[in-house]
Amino acid sequence: MAGEIIRTYDLTKRYGDLTAVDSLNLEIQPGEVFGLLGPNGAGKTTTILMLLGLTEPTAGRAEVCGLDPTREPLAVKRQVGYLPDNVGFYDELTGRQNLRYTAELNGLPREEAERRIEAALEQVGLTAVADRKVATYSRGMRQRLGLADVLLKQPRVAILDEPTLGLDPEAAQEFLVLIRRLSREGGMTVLLSSHLLNQVQAVCDRVGIFVAGRMIACGRIDELAAQVFAGEPLQVEVEVEPASEAVLSAIRQTPGVREAQPAAPGEGPAGRLRLLLDRDVRGEVVRRIVGAGGTVLHLQLRSHNLDEIYRRYFRGGDGDGAAAAAGVARPAG
Amino acid sequence: MALQLRPAWLGRLAEARRELKRHAAGERLARWVREVQGWLPAGLGPIARKEFADLITSWRMGILVALLTVTGIASLYVTGMAIRSAAGVLEDEGYIFLKIFTASDGRLPPFTAFVGFLAPLLGLALGFDAISGEQNRRTLSRLLAQPIHRDAVLVGKFVAGVGAVGAMLLALGMAVGGLGLILVGVPPTGDELLRLLAFILTTVLYVAFWLALAILLSVVFRHSATSALAGIGIWLFFAAFWDLLADLVVGAMIPDTGSLRHAQVRTWLGRLSPVTLYTEAVVTLLTPTVRVLGPILLEQAIGALKGTLPIGQSLLLILPHLTGMLAGTVVCFAASYVLFMRREIRA
Repeated sequence: MAGEIIRTYDLTKRYGDLTAVDSLNLEIQPGEVFGLLGPNGAGKTTTILMLLGLTEPTAGRAEVCGLDPTREPLAVKRQVGYLPDNVGFYDELTGRQNLRYTAELNGLPREEAERRIEAALEQVGLTAVADRKVATYSRGMRQRLGLADVLLKQPRVAILDEPTLGLDPEAAQEFLVLIRRLSREGGMTVLLSSHLLNQVQAVCDRVGIFVAGRMIACGRIDELAAQVFAGEPLQVEVEVEPASEAVLSAIRQTPGVREAQPAAPGEGPAGRLRLLLDRDVRGEVVRRIVGAGGTVLHLQLRSHNLDEIYRRYFRGGDGDGAAAAAGVARPAG
Repeated sequence: MALQLRPAWLGRLAEARRELKRHAAGERLARWVREVQGWLPAGLGPIARKEFADLITSWRMGILVALLTVTGIASLYVTGMAIRSAAGVLEDEGYIFLKIFTASDGRLPPFTAFVGFLAPLLGLALGFDAISGEQNRRTLSRLLAQPIHRDAVLVGKFVAGVGAVGAMLLALGMAVGGLGLILVGVPPTGDELLRLLAFILTTVLYVAFWLALAILLSVVFRHSATSALAGIGIWLFFAAFWDLLADLVVGAMIPDTGSLRHAQVRTWLGRLSPVTLYTEAVVTLLTPTVRVLGPILLEQAIGALKGTLPIGQSLLLILPHLTGMLAGTVVCFAASYVLFMRREIRA
C-alpha cells in the first residue's frame, strides 16, 4: 500500500557486535499516533535517528513521506519535526528568540515566521512566558517549548523521543493529551517513543513493542491484549449486597464462572468480589445474583493495560528481553 | 522666502524617484543574494548571524577584547613616549608610524608581540566549544533536525568567528594607530597604512587558523574542557617548545652548527610552526628594512645597499608564510568536516 507515511524495510543498525535495531519493518499511516515502546536501550532512539537521517542504517532502508532520509535528509527534515530526548535550548535567549532561530533555519519569511511562532506558543500555552530567558524555564515548559519548536514547522510528521521523560505524571498526561489533540486537529502523524507504557497507552492509536532491537509486537492495544491473554480467564470485579452465602453460591454456580473470591481484606467494602470467568457471562451472573435476592452495586471488567501486556511479553520472551528489562536504569545514549 | 521658491511637491517627487531607484537596486541586490545563497550550504546565513551575535555579546569576547586593548594601549604608550623623544634620530630611517607597533624600549613588549601572543588564545577561546558546546547543551540534535546542511554549522561558526575577530582587530588596529598618531605626531604614509592593513589581515588569518583548530578539537572531544585544554597544549607546544625541539633535532641531524645546511634545516623546521610563520610575516610586513628571511651568506650581503622594500615585495616575501597558514586552516577544517559530516548525533 502506498499510503504509509513512514515505512521501513528490514532497517538494521549495528554498532560493532551490538545490533541496536534488527530488521525492523514498520508501517505508519498518515494521521496516526504511533507509540514506540520499550525499555531504554531497546533501539527506539536509534530507529528515530535513522528515520531522520541523523545516522545511517547498516542495512535496509527507511522511507519517510516517500523519501529516503539517508539520501535526501533535507527534504525529509523539511516535513518532519523532531523533539529530541531531553531537548536543549539556548539558555541565554528567550523562548521566542529560540523559536525565531528555528524559523530562520527553516527559511520561513519573517511575517510568516512571527505568525507561526505566535500560534505555536499559543497552542502549547507559553505565550505569557515567551519573552523570558529559557534559563528560567521549568522542565515542563522546556518540553512544551520543544513541542512549539516542532509545530512551528507545520510538519507532516512529528517524531517525539521520550516526550514525557522528567515530567511529573500530571504534566506528562497533560502533555500527551496536547499532542493527541494537535495531531487530531492538524492531521499530523505522530511517532512517539516512551518507556512509560501506562502513560502512553491512552494517546496512541497503535503501539510497537521493542525489545533488544526487535519489534516483538505491533498493533492496537486491545488487539495486543487479545493476543497475549488469549485462553486466559476474564477478570471481573463485582460488588453485591448483601454478601450472603446464598448470593455467593448463586454466583459460583453460574456456568462459566471459574472462581469467585472475596477481594483482599482492606480493599473496599466486604461485598466486593473478584471473579474469574472462562467466557463473558456477566449478564447471567447479574441475573443470578438478583434471583438470589441480592443487588449489584458495581461491576467492572478489568481491561488489560499496556504494562501487563508488556510484562507478559518480557516473561514470554527470551533471555535478551529479561536482560533488557534489567537494564532499565541505563541511559538511552 | 527662499525655501518656498521650490514647491514642496517637487521635493516629494524627487524623493519618490530616489525611493524607486533605491528599490530597484535593492531588488537587484536581493536577487543576487538569492543566487549566492543557492550555492551556499542551506542554513549558513542564520547560523552565522546567530553565532556572530552570540560572540560579540559574550563575556568571553569581552574579556579578550579588554585584555588586548589594555596591553595594546600600555605598549603603545611606552613606545610612543620613547619614539617621541628619539624622533629626530629615527627620522632618516623613515616608517616612524610603523614603529609605534613594532618598537619597544625594553620595558614592555611591542604591540605586535602582544597581538601575536594573544591571537592564538583568541582563536581557541572562540572555537573550543563550537560543536561540543552545542552537544552538551543538547541543542545539536535539534539544530541538525532542521533542514540545513551539516557543514553549514561548521562554516557558520567559523565565518562568525572570523568576522568577529576581523571587526575587533580592525577596530583595535585603527584605535592604536589613532592614539599613536596623537602621541607621536608623525602622520602615516600610504605605504604604512597599507602595511598596517596587511598586518591586520595576516593576524586575522592567523586567528582563523587557531579557530579552525579549535573547531576541529571541539568536534573530536565531547567535553569542552578537554578541547580547550588540548588547544592550549598545542598552542604552548608551538609557542614555547617548538624552537627548543627544532634546535635539538637539527643538532642531532647536523652537528656542525656553523654550516649553512644546519642553518637552513633549522629555518625550515622552525617554519613548520604557525607561530614562526606568523612572526616572520609580521616582521616582514611592519619592518620594511627586512629584505630576506632565513640564513644569508656573508658574500651575499657584501655590497648590498641598505634600503627598504616596497610593500609589494614584502608581501611577495611572506606569500609562502600566508599560504602555509591558509593551508593549515584548510587542513583543520577539512578534518573537522570529515569527522562531523558522518557522525551520529545523539542527544
